[in-house]
Amino acid sequence: MTDPRRLHHNRVELAVHTLRDGDGRPLLLLHGLGERSPETPPETTAAWPGPVLALDFTGHGASTVPSGGGYSAELLMADVDVVLAEIGPATLLARGLGAYIAVLTAGARPELVRGAVLDDGPGLLGGATGPTSARVPVAHPAQVAPPDPYALLELSSDVRPPDYAVTYARHAAERSGLDRPFAVVGSARPPWLAAVIDSLLLTPTTIDAALAAYAC
Amino acid sequence: MNDEVADVRAAVPAARRPDRQRRVAGFGVGIAVSEWGDEAAPPLLVAHGGFDFVGTLDVFAPMLADGGWRVISWDQRGHGDSDHAELYHWDADMRDALAVLDSISTEPIPVVGHSKGGNMTLQLADAQPHRFQRLVNLDGIPTRGNAPDVADRDRTKLLSGELAAWLDHRRRLAGHQRRADTLDGLARRRASMNPRLSIEWLRYLVTVGGRLDPDGWRWRTDPALRLGGFGPRRPEWTLNCLSGLGIPFLGVLSTIHEEMGWGATAVDVKPHLPAGAEIVELADVGHFVHIEQPRQVADLVLEFLA
Repeated sequence: MTDPRRLHHNRVELAVHTLRDGDGRPLLLLHGLGERSPETPPETTAAWPGPVLALDFTGHGASTVPSGGGYSAELLMADVDVVLAEIGPATLLARGLGAYIAVLTAGARPELVRGAVLDDGPGLLGGATGPTSARVPVAHPAQVAPPDPYALLELSSDVRPPDYAVTYARHAAERSGLDRPFAVVGSARPPWLAAVIDSLLLTPTTIDAALAAYAC
Repeated sequence: MNDEVADVRAAVPAARRPDRQRRVAGFGVGIAVSEWGDEAAPPLLVAHGGFDFVGTLDVFAPMLADGGWRVISWDQRGHGDSDHAELYHWDADMRDALAVLDSISTEPIPVVGHSKGGNMTLQLADAQPHRFQRLVNLDGIPTRGNAPDVADRDRTKLLSGELAAWLDHRRRLAGHQRRADTLDGLARRRASMNPRLSIEWLRYLVTVGGRLDPDGWRWRTDPALRLGGFGPRRPEWTLNCLSGLGIPFLGVLSTIHEEMGWGATAVDVKPHLPAGAEIVELADVGHFVHIEQPRQVADLVLEFLA
């Protein structure tokens, strides 16, 4: 893996890895909670005609590990948006938590996300779907980073009401101009994802088929 | 202190700067803590609202201190003299508040919170009930009533605009700093958030919440922070914490709705009050109840704590 491109998101330096050069629309990989970008392009991306890039979210991989936590899915959505501002429209191939972030980003920037492939992985489920008893998450100071222990604590228990995810998904469906803004390729069905699937009448597919469709 | 600052502060004679200031390491973010009153007096923790800072308590807190309390408050992360953090989120604010509590006592103590500080301390009392003795909420009870009454389609458009504006803001943040202005200019800009507060008070706030750079005054509040916001959390979920409180509770509500406020009325709140809770509506008072009517609100709090 070559040295990553560095992009600034407020005080955080984001690492964007070029896994494969190429011309055309980039494929941007989003990893799961606690993961980092792969060192080489996954085999499933072999047929993608453009460059293959991968983002390390805040607190993960080669990106800055902030002090004192304060993570939210919306913050990671803004990580992706900072990358899209640099590379332009892209297709997302996202695992776990990255899949949830991909849905938010596609809803917020429907003109820049040209399809999102949603796969299983760490952090896909998230926390509760509604109000919970309050708690104050405190990480053990001896835990090493990356990944930031506060990212693991705060993003594994974030509240994900299904209608919140559906609002973003509908945005993407209404404003992206894509018939299928999302391709669900995993088998897990957390409530937020089940609601998105029901709302947009999505049918399961494979990564190969999804990338072939989005590459057109 | 230069002559301009001295003159501005002299125009608010009831204001008194904290008697002591210290820092708490927190859980990764440096937090500035201020205190008024006798160090040996019983502790009373006060939490400020969003975009406020400890200096906004310079009239209210001394009144509580003069009533026999050691009043402690802190600048929330990104506000006042506390560190500007890389990230901001509700859980992190709760954690910082816990760090301040840890620096005061392991015994339960009374707590007062205004606006966001009231909302947050309600949730902290739910998460850490053994740390709370009594709770006062100053116009910080969010209810469903303040959600815009718009159709789903229009709400979607609203959200879309908010999202794009917030993301645009995030894109511009790297290296960004707040706009410099004259002391008066900064005070006039704050008037949009505090339309009912006097210009003398707003000028005072510049001298305690701003800094004088070579090109002018700037608020010390982190430019990464932004009014409004969105997310999956419904503000009214806090009402679940309210109804479950097992300690004495006093709620003080404004009756003049302001943009910075939650708009909760006694009718909204009463169904969620725990047994024995008190609720007081202040006639013709806006969201900043403790700044508009510091004596009246301080007396209510002191009587409740007595």
